[in-house]
Amino acid sequence: MINLSRRKLIVSGLVATAGASGLAVAARLAQKYGLVPPDHGGIYGFGETLTYASQRLLTRHSLAREFPRNRISPRPFPNELAPLTEDFKRLQAGGFADWRLSVDGMVHQPASFSIADLKSHPPRSHITELACEEGWSYIAEWIGVPLSHVLHLVGVHPQARYVVYVSTEPDTWDSIDMADALHPQTFLCYGMNGNELPVAHGGPLRMRLPRQIGYKNIKFINRLTVTDSLKQFGKGLGSAAAEAGYAWYTGI
Amino acid sequence: MATLGSAQLSAEAPLPSAASSVPATKPAPRHSALVRVTHWITTLCFFALLVTGIEILISHPRFYWGETGTVLTAPLFQLPIPSSRKLVPTGYGYVLPDQNGWSRALHFEAAWMAVLTGLLYVISGLLTRHFRKDLVPSKADRSWRALLTSFAKPLRFERPSAAEASSYNGLQRLTYLLVIFVLFPLVIWSGLAMSLGFASAFPWSVTLLGGRQSARTIHFFVSLALVLFLFVHVLMVCLAGFWSRTGAMITGRIGTLKEHT
Repeated sequence: MINLSRRKLIVSGLVATAGASGLAVAARLAQKYGLVPPDHGGIYGFGETLTYASQRLLTRHSLAREFPRNRISPRPFPNELAPLTEDFKRLQAGGFADWRLSVDGMVHQPASFSIADLKSHPPRSHITELACEEGWSYIAEWIGVPLSHVLHLVGVHPQARYVVYVSTEPDTWDSIDMADALHPQTFLCYGMNGNELPVAHGGPLRMRLPRQIGYKNIKFINRLTVTDSLKQFGKGLGSAAAEAGYAWYTGI
Repeated sequence: MATLGSAQLSAEAPLPSAASSVPATKPAPRHSALVRVTHWITTLCFFALLVTGIEILISHPRFYWGETGTVLTAPLFQLPIPSSRKLVPTGYGYVLPDQNGWSRALHFEAAWMAVLTGLLYVISGLLTRHFRKDLVPSKADRSWRALLTSFAKPLRFERPSAAEASSYNGLQRLTYLLVIFVLFPLVIWSGLAMSLGFASAFPWSVTLLGGRQSARTIHFFVSLALVLFLFVHVLMVCLAGFWSRTGAMITGRIGTLKEHT
């Protein structure tokens, strides 16, 4: 017994030391390689960080599942919409000809795009599933311009780490890291299932991230800001959703 | 105590199971420290997962089979409960408050804890031969008759024999193996399949389950099975003597109060 407990003592001592120093090193490395989400504080920060870090390591370049055309859901569910503002209705009446997407922040050439400008670039599409955090999901064809394309047009500074995107809906904004911003399936989406993107689904312009949950796919986008830090946006948690208690990273 | 050294020396078993060869000095604990600690961490995680799982579920108490499903498509079935979303037709005239934000966060955090704890338990269980010693049914128990007996006994509200205070019968062993190696892996898998990020890296994890909505439905039923296990588990503990069995899982010692006769 004495032998055994001594061995146990040594082993558990080693394990504890390795664990503690391992955690410290892991935290330092995670910070360095951008594996810590902006909403890492609080009692759920541990889980949020583990999820974000492991998915960043595992899925940086992975593609969301795509489906054949015959699996497109016949009736995509648009979910609830806040009442449209007067400003929005005015733009809608004009066929969104005056809709502008402004791009600013850490870019060489701040710019403003109309929907027609965005459509003048080669359209891309993917047939992917939109999944809501509530549990439901549908498949649709999403048509738009890859966000990476727009970012190349304006020229992103090398130290950029996030893209903040803002909706015309009050208090609606979010952000993604550069891995998601430059991901080939991340679209500024203006079309759906061969048609214009319906207003109910976020038309004229919606952020489409098929590797993240529905609420991250914000509707009515009219502003992008490229930044190296999310601290100066709202409460610094990275999104309006995070300020309301919903995770910033929603790959899960 | 003088015999201890020689007992240790003469013990021929090359692995830590040598501990069981010196029962005379100090009995081996009913449950090893690692089993006890991982048991209670898992218990804590399980309750967190259950409560938050129900919270998330009520935002859409409808289930589907296949890849997709929304309130615009026919469900496989719908639970007759109110919802926390007003666009879900429930037949109730009210909408419950939305609790999904913290529920999702705690669900995933508890899942991480449970998975890491489970990994520790399984790896150490393999290294210490815990599964082979304590959970794989003994030869004598590997018969339908033996299983039937261990099944019928509690149904007649018979207290387990004294031997069963220090070891599990065949039915218990099979049940624990089922929970550890089938239900837990399945609930983790079906949960991960619902992660869009995970599914992008491992698309087969969704396809093999029959689609995203099938994964969600499987996740629900496996969770139900685990809740059922929890009920029976606690019932059996009560039947055997709640304090002695619970005490054994806390301190490792078989309680002296175990026989009430």
